[in-house]
Amino acid sequence: MNDLLKSWSERLRAARETRQELELRGGGSKSFYGQAPRGEVFDTRAYRGLIDYAPTELVITARCGTPLAEIEQTMREAGQMLAFEPPHYGPGATLGGLLAAGLSGPRRPYAGALRDYVLGVRMLDGKGTLLRFGGQVMKNVAGFDVSRVLAGSMGTLGLITEVSLKAAPLPVAELSLRFESDAHAALDQLARWAAQPLPISATCHQGEVLTLRLSGAQAAVRAARAKLGGEEVPAGANFWSSLREQTQAFFAGEGELWRLSVKPTAPYTDLGAAQLIEWGGALRWLRFVESPDPVLLRDWAKAQGGHATLFRGGHKNRGVFQPLAPALLQVHQRLKRAFDPAGVLNPGRLYSEL
Amino acid sequence: MLEPKLFQDLMAAVGAQGLLTEPEDLRPYECDGLSAYRQVPQAVVLPEDEAQVIAVLKVCRQAKVPVVPRGAGTGLSGGALPHAHGVVLSLTRLTRILNIDPQACTAVVQPGVRNLAISEAVAPYGLYYAPDPSSQIACTIGGNVAENSGGVHCLKYGLTVHNIRRVRGVLINGEIIEVGNEALDAPGYDLLAALNGSEGLLAVITEITVKLTPKPQLAQCVLAAFDDVVKAGTAVSNIIAAGIIPAGLEMMDQAATRAVEDFVHAGYPLDAASILLCESDGTPEEVAEEIERVTKVLEAAGASEIRVSRDEAERLKFWAGRKAAFPAVGRITPDYYCMDGTIPRHTLPEVLAGIEALSKEYGLRCANVFHAGDGNLHPLIMFDANIPGELERAESFGGRILELCVRMGGTITGEHGVGIEKINQMCVQFSREELEAFHALRDAFDPYELLNPGKAIPTLRRCAEFGAMHVHHHETRFPELPRF
Repeated sequence: MNDLLKSWSERLRAARETRQELELRGGGSKSFYGQAPRGEVFDTRAYRGLIDYAPTELVITARCGTPLAEIEQTMREAGQMLAFEPPHYGPGATLGGLLAAGLSGPRRPYAGALRDYVLGVRMLDGKGTLLRFGGQVMKNVAGFDVSRVLAGSMGTLGLITEVSLKAAPLPVAELSLRFESDAHAALDQLARWAAQPLPISATCHQGEVLTLRLSGAQAAVRAARAKLGGEEVPAGANFWSSLREQTQAFFAGEGELWRLSVKPTAPYTDLGAAQLIEWGGALRWLRFVESPDPVLLRDWAKAQGGHATLFRGGHKNRGVFQPLAPALLQVHQRLKRAFDPAGVLNPGRLYSEL
Repeated sequence: MLEPKLFQDLMAAVGAQGLLTEPEDLRPYECDGLSAYRQVPQAVVLPEDEAQVIAVLKVCRQAKVPVVPRGAGTGLSGGALPHAHGVVLSLTRLTRILNIDPQACTAVVQPGVRNLAISEAVAPYGLYYAPDPSSQIACTIGGNVAENSGGVHCLKYGLTVHNIRRVRGVLINGEIIEVGNEALDAPGYDLLAALNGSEGLLAVITEITVKLTPKPQLAQCVLAAFDDVVKAGTAVSNIIAAGIIPAGLEMMDQAATRAVEDFVHAGYPLDAASILLCESDGTPEEVAEEIERVTKVLEAAGASEIRVSRDEAERLKFWAGRKAAFPAVGRITPDYYCMDGTIPRHTLPEVLAGIEALSKEYGLRCANVFHAGDGNLHPLIMFDANIPGELERAESFGGRILELCVRMGGTITGEHGVGIEKINQMCVQFSREELEAFHALRDAFDPYELLNPGKAIPTLRRCAEFGAMHVHHHETRFPELPRF
């Protein structure tokens, strides 16, 4: 074991013995997300750098502290990308934090989520043991798929030290289109398009405008553009990166930002806030000036096949994530105990019971 | 023999219609697609709905009787091999398609629905269910989830885990859990990922929401021949390097090509050391563009011959050979073992050279077919079980191949699962602590360790010997199913 990892392993073992709560943290770019962090800060940035990247293998492996920006830059130079278009939410975003937070960006419905691209991990569990799950190959059904389980686990199961992700080629052609449309009509249109083989790679509806991105082979993008009509968006790439990073005007200001992940065909419903709709209808951002009733939002999201998250702002003490059914929560608790017997790794960050 | 109390309780749970206990009724359940391992179960229960599944599990939990969940039993790793003191829980009566939502591109199905039946049911909407394991006409979607099944199109369309939105299942104590939902993510740990490929150890699946994909308008296939395996391997890497993700990318070596050509006359060039099949799908414009790019890459890589399918009939003819590879090899040898390792693609020349050296060392022939796009290798080791010692030599040869795969940074199973067959090789791939973590994960779902015990994850005591898929005289359990 590498010297740094050895010292980390010892620190984790000691924390277990002394019941010292730890806040595992990369760049801290997503500290706002989830339940409030607590415990002694355990900075994971020192373990950084690319381990292996052979573009023809479509696999990139790097240490947890590697800046996400560095990884994406390296991949871009090789004509590749992380297809799930991860949000950074700040210059400090790291690979380990990316996996722990489990967030995906605008391309998610069309290319898959972060967890779909996870091939393998190395991690230190709450006992300080170095474990390796999955690997660097595309197909691997040996053992339970622990690496994907870690996606979105908010650091509650262990310290992720190394991640292997599947890479994807950059699209040859990309083009963004804009349509005048209210939310009802936009959702109807998106549902019609979803069932057709179109090279759509992102959608956004806000106010009275539906924006669409097409990605793929030159011919495919050209043909789709002719078929769909609309008005071409200049500097479309900027639009999508500002959407991914939530730097658009919609996201500005105080108040609470709620993230409602629902079935794409959920009807447009006025829930008392301005809405921005992504993911072909499957992701609805709601920005409240006054605190809403969380129960109302959670019930609506649940009825629409999904869940609601208090993403930014507001009072975390009422719970950030949608509560789990008792049987499912029990499985979560047992899993947590198995990987972190003392319950000291990012305690309460996902649910107070974990 | 079932104890009278257990018999009564199971009878109360599923009724006479749903309970098999006579030896002649139990016989068909003694093995799955891996017929080398056989065990007649104490009983087979066939619940007709979720309530009966719950009732059965409660009975078995109470009586501490192992439960082996089973779909169509087409698996190749013995995952559905019965337990000597256990009950087989067959989900084949849960065959309803509960809902198709063509706008959300999802379908809600029961676990006993056949893979292909989903695509057939949603075809009128221009949709299909993408993962296509070779047994897709018979295998069930519940079994696909349990095994995280692959197919020839996973490079572009993903494995089962990428195409499942939600699973509803019953824990051993009879409690229902739902993981995933109708949205694109779910709160909490991604237990959907844990259930996919869990080989029946975590929960009994009773309902599945699958993702549907719009059917591509057109598919076209390129066949390329190479006089050298290394050149073919390089061509595969160069296709990926060019930013192309083909719908299918398959390779066969000369031993496989020759066996196939004698059998199905697909028109493969017999003098080639290796052939590649590369499929493109999408709109006619996309396909034309991609085929042009692929052809250029193949030419530059030194292909000795390139053919592009001119119509659907020719495309199917190109594939016919590849899909007949297993039975074709079965015709030229009394027995063969099929291995299922995955390797980083760039190690292919080294792995093939290693296999050839082992082939000489063991004095056994080996044909190689390869899901080249995703690095999943199926070496077919030929032997004759009637020659004393040859079976053992073939097993040892196979084990050495899998060890080679692990050494190259790969894995012992890409898509067939561990089951009972590769349980010992799990010890090569994972450390003691990692195996303990797997056991702990299983215990989080099933603390009684009654669901499919003895499969997928070896006990630490067990780490000793090696095995592989054994096909004797072509007597596979599903001779009518293509295997590739």
